[in-house]
Amino acid sequence: MGADTHRLDLLRGMLRIRRFEERCAQLYQAEKIRGFLHLYIGEEAVAVGVMGALEPRDAVVATYREHGHALARGVDPGAVMAEMYGKQQGCSGGRGGSMHLFDAATRFYGGNAIVGGGLPLAVGLALADRLTGRRGVTAVFFGEGAVAEGEFHEAMNLAALWDLPVLFNCENNLYAMGTALDRSESQTKLTLKAASYGMPAWEVDGMDVLAVDEAARMAVESVRCGGGPHFLEFRTYRFRAHSMFDPELYRSRDEVENWRSRDPVESFKVVLMADGEIDEEAWVAMEEEVGAELDGAVAFAEAGTWEPEEELTRFVYSEVRR
Amino acid sequence: MTDVATETRTITYREAVREAIRSAMLEDDRVFLMGEDVGRYGGCYAVSKGLLEEFGPERIRDTPLSEAAFVGAGIGAALGGMRPIVEVMTVNFSLLALDQIVNTAAVYLHMSGGQFNVPLVIRMATGAGRQVAAQHSHSLEGWYGHIPGIKVVTPATVEDARWMLPTALADPDPVIIFEHAGLYNSEGTLPDQGAPVDLETARIRRRGSDISLVTYGGSLPKAMTASEELARDGISAEVLDLRSLRPIDTAALLSTVASTHRVVIIDEGWKTAGISAEISSRIAEEAIWELDAPIRRVCSEEVPIPYPRHLEEAALPQVDEIVAAARELMGG
Repeated sequence: MGADTHRLDLLRGMLRIRRFEERCAQLYQAEKIRGFLHLYIGEEAVAVGVMGALEPRDAVVATYREHGHALARGVDPGAVMAEMYGKQQGCSGGRGGSMHLFDAATRFYGGNAIVGGGLPLAVGLALADRLTGRRGVTAVFFGEGAVAEGEFHEAMNLAALWDLPVLFNCENNLYAMGTALDRSESQTKLTLKAASYGMPAWEVDGMDVLAVDEAARMAVESVRCGGGPHFLEFRTYRFRAHSMFDPELYRSRDEVENWRSRDPVESFKVVLMADGEIDEEAWVAMEEEVGAELDGAVAFAEAGTWEPEEELTRFVYSEVRR
Repeated sequence: MTDVATETRTITYREAVREAIRSAMLEDDRVFLMGEDVGRYGGCYAVSKGLLEEFGPERIRDTPLSEAAFVGAGIGAALGGMRPIVEVMTVNFSLLALDQIVNTAAVYLHMSGGQFNVPLVIRMATGAGRQVAAQHSHSLEGWYGHIPGIKVVTPATVEDARWMLPTALADPDPVIIFEHAGLYNSEGTLPDQGAPVDLETARIRRRGSDISLVTYGGSLPKAMTASEELARDGISAEVLDLRSLRPIDTAALLSTVASTHRVVIIDEGWKTAGISAEISSRIAEEAIWELDAPIRRVCSEEVPIPYPRHLEEAALPQVDEIVAAARELMGG
């Protein structure tokens, strides 16, 4: 992957997530996907930019809006889609669904649907790296809603106190479900909270994949080299509803349109076109390539099988001693 | 048993737990202890006294008062290949870590379709009886027994205090060990050459033929004392120590019922929706025709535990109540 293809890879990475999520919305309407479904549309630049800065030895802990993180981390799209369907070929064997994507091969530790619940886990993964002398980085993602949770503060303190290699990625999309940040926080400048634990904290334009890419690379490098935990706040926006049950009474159409004008996929495409790195023909080819991969993923999920009911009580306890 | 006389020694429950931790740490570099005041203070109940000096602050790791974070960090460290022993000072404070225990530790293996097991051991003190009032006297181990995905054990003897830990550490899944605070000073004998014990089976601590006293943890000594008193009346009581609240050894329960036909359950938890209700239910479901008398329960009164000694004693299961319940079932 040379420097010349890096920017195209970023664009393709975002486009994959965008089209995947759009397909999920359709499949939800078609009742192929049930339960809660939280789409990442509008926030693609964050997952793509951060994951690109990580290595295979690093660990990722994500939230319930994590399809984009899983795809960007390299989890197979077919396995992710099969998981949405609840099929046993899914990346969590069908037991988790949309909010609980897991993949040991890419060190993707979920898929945690308790807001703030993944942060202590990330601290522990980093502690294990420290105690065993591995030079891994643990990247944990969470929304700005998590900063109201005690677990956020406890985990930030612990990571800083023990100087652990954790990269805290706060995806600030301004709303915790329907509650705006300024209606839930006395201090809305989130980097100040991180700074109070003595860790470097940067605010990053989460709609600009190059800005995310650059910040993530610097932060990961610093964390890996013993710089202790870092906190990145990505200013981003969710274009779609919180979940499939959200009438969006809490924000104005104008506000949504305003953010949509900064669409991370569209605006980066425009940049690459202006710089002559991609033309209309190449864009169409990229769309086709992404579409074909997605068709394959859906076909894989469709062809998947249901876990036999006799296996219901599996995975409560380990079946073999490890 | 072999004919060779084995050397035995007298040891306190506290020393047995300490020896278990120390020996696990000597045997396996992946094992470390973390929790509030486990290091410099030596442990709230002095269990880990001296271990900081021997193993250093990386492996005897003092934590801030952040139960959710350090229990969650234990889960993460376990996922990262370590074998953490997380000490939560008492069950009362474990409520601040319930999210991590119930929403993460217990379900990660399941949600990940079998990919991510959590080999975590959590130890905590439980129980009342020391006049420390309502917020420091809970017996909530039965609650934890409700949750599939974790194992819940209640060592009541020095042997279990010493030898349940290595088995728990070898287990691929989360194990919670409840140590009744009233037991730390209790003494018992251990063979010099001990061996790990299982985490699933109940044990008969005293053989008897007239009535079964079913209990666990801090109530075991009370049940043993009651059985001695009953013996003086000519009533032969069998004492069954459950040892584990998840899984529950149903076979052992049914077996003691089949041999005595009368049961008193003794539990420091409350009756309502408690573990005593579950035990009672299992007997009723599978062995009701074996019973010659109704099942009786001696549990804590349905009040928060009060501070004054006389009220605390009145709130908790006591030997005379156990004896009275047993006599009543014997028709006396």
